Amino acid sequence: MNVTTLTDQYLRERLSKGTRDDGRDLFSFRNISIEIGKIPHAEGSAEVTFGNTKVLAGIKLDVGEPMRDKPDEGSMMTGAELLPLAHHTFDSGPPSPDAVELARVVDRGIRAANMIDVKKLFIEEGKSWNVFVDLYILNYDGNLFDSSALAAAAALYNARMPKYEEGKVVREGELGKLPIGNLSTSCTYAKIGNSILLDTNASEEIFADARITIANDEQFVRAMQKGLSGAFKAGEVDMLVEKTFEKSKDLRKMVQSTRGE
Amino acid sequence: MEKPTLITNGKRLDGRDQNTLRPIKISVNPVKNAAGSAYIEWGNNKIVSAVYGPREALPKHTQDPDKAVIKCRYTMAPFSSLEEHGRPGMNRRAIEISKVTKEVFENVILRDLFPGNEISIFVEVLQSDGGTRAAGITCASVALAASGIPMRDMPYAVSVGKAEDTLILDLDKIEDNYSSADMPIAINPRTQEINLLQMDGELTPDDVHRGIEMVIKAGEVITKAQREALLAPYEMTSEKYKASI
Repeated sequence: MNVTTLTDQYLRERLSKGTRDDGRDLFSFRNISIEIGKIPHAEGSAEVTFGNTKVLAGIKLDVGEPMRDKPDEGSMMTGAELLPLAHHTFDSGPPSPDAVELARVVDRGIRAANMIDVKKLFIEEGKSWNVFVDLYILNYDGNLFDSSALAAAAALYNARMPKYEEGKVVREGELGKLPIGNLSTSCTYAKIGNSILLDTNASEEIFADARITIANDEQFVRAMQKGLSGAFKAGEVDMLVEKTFEKSKDLRKMVQSTRGE
Repeated sequence: MEKPTLITNGKRLDGRDQNTLRPIKISVNPVKNAAGSAYIEWGNNKIVSAVYGPREALPKHTQDPDKAVIKCRYTMAPFSSLEEHGRPGMNRRAIEISKVTKEVFENVILRDLFPGNEISIFVEVLQSDGGTRAAGITCASVALAASGIPMRDMPYAVSVGKAEDTLILDLDKIEDNYSSADMPIAINPRTQEINLLQMDGELTPDDVHRGIEMVIKAGEVITKAQREALLAPYEMTSEKYKASI
């Protein structure tokens, strides 16, 4: 029996009693911080920490062509970089399936909730603003989904809107805000044995059997993604959807307070 | 294009009601070189899936000394859609679908039996009309069963969505494009566990609950199609044998 197996057994036993190594109960987030505008060169930016997990989201806007199926709207693209400096298991190279999944799940949460008012990003026939949301993972200690979703939301919420004047993009001077239509955040739960817990750190995450991310706004579920090789019962999904509506209130408040709302 | 009305007088554009699946036809072992394979026609979707292995996992660093590793590749043929020519090979969407499909089968294959080995699952979408990841999983499940690789359940998948304020089962491409939500789900029918769950759009908690119920109910039909496909070659043989006596 090796150390990993022993730790795994210890963790499962501990969780079955409803306690965690860092003193949290099963459905508590770690300490969360949001710092807005860390990268003034970018149209928007936010650095978010969940315990030791640190994610920097950067927003850039460029003028380009609208998507062919949405000719009268702007577009949005989300990328995620699991930087090699963030953890010893992250390698350089093309995005891993994990990075692609992270970017696409965060993207769906933003897109499905109509967080960016893309209708207002239309410029003229064949021209629109394209919004780039880039997620830079600077330190990995679990739960990249929620930290990245929150960083993206906070960065978008505070992003400025460049101008397009006489064929040129003006990024400085008196600028308005990027048009925002809604606010969505996510809650990600892991299943370890028979226990379900919110906001796993890295040492919990490696033992997770299954994972589920639920993104929502005030009223609706906006995106979901089950991950890993475990499965959930229908009743567990119902319970976690309900939990998410309860937990997400604080997350939305944190984003709103960055704009003094 | 303007959003078409997806449901009129309780009927969908192709005449189905909210709970009706498109016709599903599955056949077994069309790919003779594979350990097991299956071909599915699900509405206008046409998908072939093949399984290779268990075989030594290569490159060596991908090996797991405790259990088999599952590898999965989902791709869409560049000519598969009614719209423009697609790029061949893996895009970001295909990478994600390959990953979630892999996770579905990691859940059911008895991986402990084949340490150091890999089992490769290929899903090739030849023609697409919405719901290809679900049809692909349903098809790959049959391919795995046909290969004889031991599984503790035979998953199926189908999508549920919402259009005109109504939950609808098994969205086709037009419905997928214009619905207000899409939620592909895979189920292990024996335990009714949810093995894949994705969603985007706008659903209430009650929609999620009822959507999952609809998918579990649809399993009766889909599992039957899978089982009949697996039995078909043997039934033919036994018919022939009876005739020769």
